[in-house]
Amino acid sequence: MFSADQNCWFVRKVICWRAAASIAWAVLLLPPTTAVFVILSKFSLLFPIQTLSECLSVMTSASGILSFVLLCSVTTMVGFLIFVYYTVIPTVACSKIALLGHLLHPRHVANSLLHCFMGIMVAWWAAVTIGGRYEMHTYPCGVEDAPPQMCLNEYHLILLLAGAFVGFSHNLFGVVHNMNYVFFPTVQQYKYLRFKESLPLVVKCSAAQALYSIRNYILVYFFLGYIPREWICKMFNLHLNSSTHRLDTISGLLDLTLLYHLWTSATFLLFTWYMALLLFRIFITEDYSFPIQSSFTEDVHQCLPRVLSDPKPGILKFLALQDLALFSQHSPWRRGEVFSLSQPGGHPHNWNAISKECQSLLADLTQRLIAYHDSVATNGRAKSLSSGSGELKSTSDSSSAISGAEDQKSPMARNVPIQSPDCVFGSTQPRHLTAPFTPPYQDSYFSSPNLRRLATSVYQGSPWHGTVQSPHIMRRAPKLWSTPTDSQSSGSPLLSAAPLLSPKQVADQPGLLAQFLHNRKEQVKSFLSKRVLIAYLFNKLPEASSEALFAGSQAHIWALEGLSYLVQASFSEDHFGVVQTALPSILSTMLLLQEAVDRHFKLPHASTKPMRTAGGMGEPAYKTLRFALRAALKTAIYRITTTFGDHLNAVHMSAEHRKRLQLFLHYKE
Amino acid sequence: MCSLALFPPPCSPGQTTLCESNNELLTGCNAEERLQQESSPLTLYFPRDSLKLHSRTESSSKAAFLDHSETLWMRSATAWRDGGFTGLLNEITNSHEEVPKWLAVSSGCILALLQRISSFHSSLFPHLTLSSEDMIAEFSQALNWSDCVVRAFSWHPHTDKFAVALLDDSVKIYNPKSAITPTLKHRLQRSIAAVQWKPLCASALAVACQNCLLVWNVDPCSLSTRPSSGCAQVLSHPGHSPVTSIAWSPNGSLLVSASPMDTAMMVWDVASESCVPLQRVGGGGVSFLSWSTDGSHLLASTPSALFRVWETRMWTCERWPCEKGRCQSGCWSPDGSRLLFTVQGETVIYALTFTDTPGVLTGASKGSQTASVVADLSQTTFNTSEGDVTVGGEVQSLTWDPRGERLAVLLKGDPRADRPAVIPVFKTRTKPIFELLPCGFVQGDPGAEPRLLQFHPNFQHGALLTVCWSTGRITHVPFYFQSGNISRFRLNGSPSLPHPQEHTADLANQSLFTELMS
Repeated sequence: MFSADQNCWFVRKVICWRAAASIAWAVLLLPPTTAVFVILSKFSLLFPIQTLSECLSVMTSASGILSFVLLCSVTTMVGFLIFVYYTVIPTVACSKIALLGHLLHPRHVANSLLHCFMGIMVAWWAAVTIGGRYEMHTYPCGVEDAPPQMCLNEYHLILLLAGAFVGFSHNLFGVVHNMNYVFFPTVQQYKYLRFKESLPLVVKCSAAQALYSIRNYILVYFFLGYIPREWICKMFNLHLNSSTHRLDTISGLLDLTLLYHLWTSATFLLFTWYMALLLFRIFITEDYSFPIQSSFTEDVHQCLPRVLSDPKPGILKFLALQDLALFSQHSPWRRGEVFSLSQPGGHPHNWNAISKECQSLLADLTQRLIAYHDSVATNGRAKSLSSGSGELKSTSDSSSAISGAEDQKSPMARNVPIQSPDCVFGSTQPRHLTAPFTPPYQDSYFSSPNLRRLATSVYQGSPWHGTVQSPHIMRRAPKLWSTPTDSQSSGSPLLSAAPLLSPKQVADQPGLLAQFLHNRKEQVKSFLSKRVLIAYLFNKLPEASSEALFAGSQAHIWALEGLSYLVQASFSEDHFGVVQTALPSILSTMLLLQEAVDRHFKLPHASTKPMRTAGGMGEPAYKTLRFALRAALKTAIYRITTTFGDHLNAVHMSAEHRKRLQLFLHYKE
Repeated sequence: MCSLALFPPPCSPGQTTLCESNNELLTGCNAEERLQQESSPLTLYFPRDSLKLHSRTESSSKAAFLDHSETLWMRSATAWRDGGFTGLLNEITNSHEEVPKWLAVSSGCILALLQRISSFHSSLFPHLTLSSEDMIAEFSQALNWSDCVVRAFSWHPHTDKFAVALLDDSVKIYNPKSAITPTLKHRLQRSIAAVQWKPLCASALAVACQNCLLVWNVDPCSLSTRPSSGCAQVLSHPGHSPVTSIAWSPNGSLLVSASPMDTAMMVWDVASESCVPLQRVGGGGVSFLSWSTDGSHLLASTPSALFRVWETRMWTCERWPCEKGRCQSGCWSPDGSRLLFTVQGETVIYALTFTDTPGVLTGASKGSQTASVVADLSQTTFNTSEGDVTVGGEVQSLTWDPRGERLAVLLKGDPRADRPAVIPVFKTRTKPIFELLPCGFVQGDPGAEPRLLQFHPNFQHGALLTVCWSTGRITHVPFYFQSGNISRFRLNGSPSLPHPQEHTADLANQSLFTELMS
């Protein structure tokens, strides 16, 4: 994704600079952090003056400065990795196996190894800085009469391995808790104030996380510590001093000084990395003011109406929508530009582009919600597919329609959500295992029944399989990773693809042999699904599909806010009446979405609140986006109805929508 | 400057204020008033005896059980859970026979040190020593809160319904169009300091309680009279209790809560239950919040002689130190450009102007450098037929009607000096120049003391002042008048737009919705 985004002007001109600034600040903040660490690690109550002078000499020595340069490079690297891996739409794993898949993805494995390595570097720096028994990895030892030999310094080793472990667990934790997800703040504040407010949280987080990591590390080292020790001894032809006792014993690990040093080093490591993350988030989510219109043609692609319709990159779209939501609320002057007419011709191009894009975003979400609801019966499980032939037909229709669209390479295909570039196990895994990897609604509407069929496995031999096993779908079904969906990019909803149904697909009926094979496959599946471990791995996490559905809803919330504020302002500011022409469609889009959201919240698990986790760096903000969207939607409709009041009776709309709107007008929703 | 001496003298004690009509306050005697009020469905009466109070607090149930000696570990764990670090230290110090001597002594020393520090801290901020009930009583907008039958009151911003928080920790919702009055009760709903409806929403009601903040979602179409506690969202943050003031942003997206114990005020995103603490040094807490009607500014007063005015675009603040005491109450003009506030210990009303144009991102708002005194409420004696009546004193709360034409002030009385609490009402005008004119005193039943004031947010014929009395009665006093600048206000009383008022003139020529102007 990194290379794909590179050529966008916005990434080149803004995002890169913001990332660079955040990395620069992270590096600039290293000296004070380092000083605190040095003082903490060397502090002794009895000789405070001596400690301070010692710390000063350590920090100003040549080796100290050299190793500090190493630390800076590690921080830069961490900042760079954050920049490469960040996302504005989190990836929600819908089952345990999908999560496992995430973790085993080569990209993530490489990332973990890199973090391990950087952890070792930081730990080495810590060992050198703390000095004393940690400083050297070997020391001369031996009994008096024997020839001198080099022994392994286990204190040095345990610190290095601790660095590796903490680095690895940091990465693991990051993947599980979506730490690369950049969320946007509720209220706008200046960067310095945001930083100041988050700093105590970062300190607390890193200290607590370091404590947990070190606890786990000590357990691991107690049981498995001998393996790396022996290996290193063999590799470097070192000896173990038999006079000192080993550290993977209870008495060796209960050394309080050692534990304290491990903990401070781990806290230091996590603090510098969290700080880089925090700074990156603060810099990247700062609001950016896009021009509404430009008098120069070469700048037109940087204007808000054009930027909003850009599908890629996600951050650009999010920042543009954020800007829309903010200026529509606060800036009458920029609202005036939106309501203005083009100079020759007198068309409201700005307003048309903005309202069209926002509406298509909302309509897209409505479509996805409806499709999801159709595939899930009210009891939360997959609909009994053999029961109704009508819905069966519609499902297969839409699926083949998609593949048809894909085949024809029509211009529409660009808009159909295709978001799984990396299919890792796609070709190597057995077919029956592939489907469940797919998070159901993140990217495809039709592969999720496959998933649920495995989990429940009661639908053998239903005629539905015949169509869904068509090669097109099987080619698309095996998806393990879904890079974040930018569902908002799909300007045209699925319905527009439906007429592209090609007759070839309909005629694609399986033969008898295929049927037989298929039944065997189903039997294997049902056999597997009864095993506890498999069931555990493949069972869907209850709220995950709902979360995945609303993962990118921050964009929808801003679209709703922007639209409703603009419509509200148009009541007094829109001199040409450009908004009035769009009012019926805006209202119907919102009401349709409201209906779909209401229906979605009637599903089990959709309205259960997630557990509130005590503030960590991994943000659970995406878990509550669906509630935020519901509230924002209602507020948006109320904003329009309270502004226009009874004038809305003059707006053309269907009887059903009018009835719903009456509820809003009478404050009954 | 307007002073109480210009007011028409208060009417005789038997009389009650009924309404304002033709520029004068009409009064009636009791029987007449009763007849009129029985017919009004919104006039309520909560006799004090009808409310079942909590006979004992939750922690006192400890006394019902036998004393049982636990091991030191168990006691320490309990002390840690109940009382935190100081509780643990206390436990260790108290059980000095069982612990090693050095531990008992050192924990005793630490405890003493902590107490020194906290006493030093509370000598800076005396309010920190108050119990949470006393603190709510001190900082609540209700007069004599701990004795109030109706502890908080809130009109819905768009419809004719209101919420009433009662002495028995329940909240009742009244709607003249429906016979159902939902009663909201929750385990955590204790010592309610304030209630407020969410703007641009039909159902959400925020309740500020002793330990947390509750946001009820009361479905207006539901037939249930006792919504379950599952309808309430509990918003809490460690160290942020008791909550004494809450304010919804006028656009309905954010909720701000304040606690005198917490130096940070919380900005809540209610739907996702997340909060952003906004902290500034100084003040020792936040006691009162008031969001300007156009949503551009937020008044946050602290328990010490300092208040802040936040600008809500980038959330920066201006500090306004006071000379005498803390800012007790404040209210905003409908266009959000003028703030009226009162200071504890002074008997005047101050005004501040904010003249920044919305949309220009200057950060700091340019306004006046000092507050000006606009009204003098010092003691004044009126000669009436029943003898001399003395009124005046410190202000408990201020409220301004949504059109900006009437300002009601609740003056603290002094029972020892035979000075009753009264409600002087001012006529106000904001355009072209700010003016305060006397209107009159609003009086209730004999023996009833006003406790809470609020204006109806969208009364069609003028302004409607709702007063909660110490007897448990809630009455409504209409002020009938022709609004001088009615064209500024749109239908249904929706929050006024942050647009400059100059637009109004050219609107009349250009707006396509001509019905508005009629």
